[in-house]
Amino acid sequence: MKREAWIRLLIVALFVLSIELLCRTKTIPPTVLIPPSDMLIELIAILRSGELNTDIVSTFGNILIAALIVAVLGFAVGVVIHAFPWLRSSVEPLLASYYAVPTFMFYPVFIVLLGVGSAPIIAIAVLLAIVAMITATLDGLDRIPGVLRKTARMYHMSRLRTSVLVELPAASPYLFTGVKLAVAYSFIGVIASEFILSGSGLGYAIAYAYNNFENRKMYALMLLVLLAATAVNSALNAVDSRLQARQLR
Amino acid sequence: MMAKRYLGTFVIFAGIVLAWQMLHLLGGETALASPAATAVKLVALFRSDMFWGHVAETAKAFTFALVLGILGGVSLGVVLGLSRLSSAVAGPMLVNLYSIPKVTLYPLVLLCFGLGLAAKVAFGVMHGMIPMTIFTMNAIRQMKPVLLRSSKMMRLTPWQTASTIVLPAVMPEVLSGIRLGFSLTLLGVLIGEMFASKRGLGFLVTNAMNLGDTETIMAVAVLLTAFAVTANGLLINLGSSRHR
Repeated sequence: MKREAWIRLLIVALFVLSIELLCRTKTIPPTVLIPPSDMLIELIAILRSGELNTDIVSTFGNILIAALIVAVLGFAVGVVIHAFPWLRSSVEPLLASYYAVPTFMFYPVFIVLLGVGSAPIIAIAVLLAIVAMITATLDGLDRIPGVLRKTARMYHMSRLRTSVLVELPAASPYLFTGVKLAVAYSFIGVIASEFILSGSGLGYAIAYAYNNFENRKMYALMLLVLLAATAVNSALNAVDSRLQARQLR
Repeated sequence: MMAKRYLGTFVIFAGIVLAWQMLHLLGGETALASPAATAVKLVALFRSDMFWGHVAETAKAFTFALVLGILGGVSLGVVLGLSRLSSAVAGPMLVNLYSIPKVTLYPLVLLCFGLGLAAKVAFGVMHGMIPMTIFTMNAIRQMKPVLLRSSKMMRLTPWQTASTIVLPAVMPEVLSGIRLGFSLTLLGVLIGEMFASKRGLGFLVTNAMNLGDTETIMAVAVLLTAFAVTANGLLINLGSSRHR
């Protein structure tokens, strides 16, 4: 591991340790925060008992489906927008301010259109994440060096072969950045909709535990969300930085 | 060209309204109020004092959160960006913090700050501050080294260096960060209001959701979208005029 990674680990460890200490000495009362070690113990107990396994599986399933839809649909929309400059110049201001639109408000609309269950949650997550993928696709297509297209033309490659063999690989690092964001936003979208609006899943389980003053359970599940998000994002970031490095060479 | 661009944006808006109307016809009144009904409702809301009370409440929390977020985010970004090591250490941590679903931490915020304004502001800051920190930090790391060398040559004090060299150099990126932070702060404050408040636009929406009042939901959504898009446009203009 590099030096930075060690320092990072040290900071996180010190942070966790100081919270542990503050909780154990009752400086932070247990009604506010329970010690991290207790969270972990409780989380293991919850996972072993299997009481929430269906919720956990459905949440991560929803995140996966949403991320897949976003990656495919966002890429397709990005390609279409890129193909028509007039469309692009009129859509871009909207894309730039998209994140200010509070997507969660449209949940009731999706409930009526798509029914109760996973579909409206996935729809919200897709709505939240898709613009990041569209923007990344536009970015990637913009940065394909012109010389590559010229070379393809010199070899008399067909439009399809140029796209698949030349343009797609050249844009792939940017596309992957888009996929990374798609996963991160799907994570936020799914868990937040479950938390605020829905009646199932991991997000709902946290809200339910909160409303019933089950602090231990609530913090154990929060820890699970934090760990899962960190693990997924770190893995994607590692791949991402490798792709970016390849691009620089 | 300019006219053509506005025409394009106008066509897009018309398309959105059309799609909205189609969805309304598809789902019926219970799913989605029609654009016309929403416009009527919006006018009615504008005339009621109750509505302006909610707006004022949200505006207050949003302003506090934005000011705190900008001050905290930019200064933290400057401090972390000054050394290569600290930015290399903090970078992935910040990105990770940015991508965790912060809604789940809401109970913790409530337990620390109690119900009310402080919790809403804290939630807004939590959402908006991190992107501003990341943008500022990266901007400082990517600043041309010659700028700092010349400031050293002219023997500027650290304060003079920061105010006359570093800040102007990183301003475009900081403004992009503020743009993103602006949107996310608004989102954070609204989510905060949605389930921990008895006032504000977020509360108005939750209330409307429970009553199945889609007109109010859409009216507030349109209002917020218009506000956000306008503010964003102004910030983009500010950024591009500074570039030149």
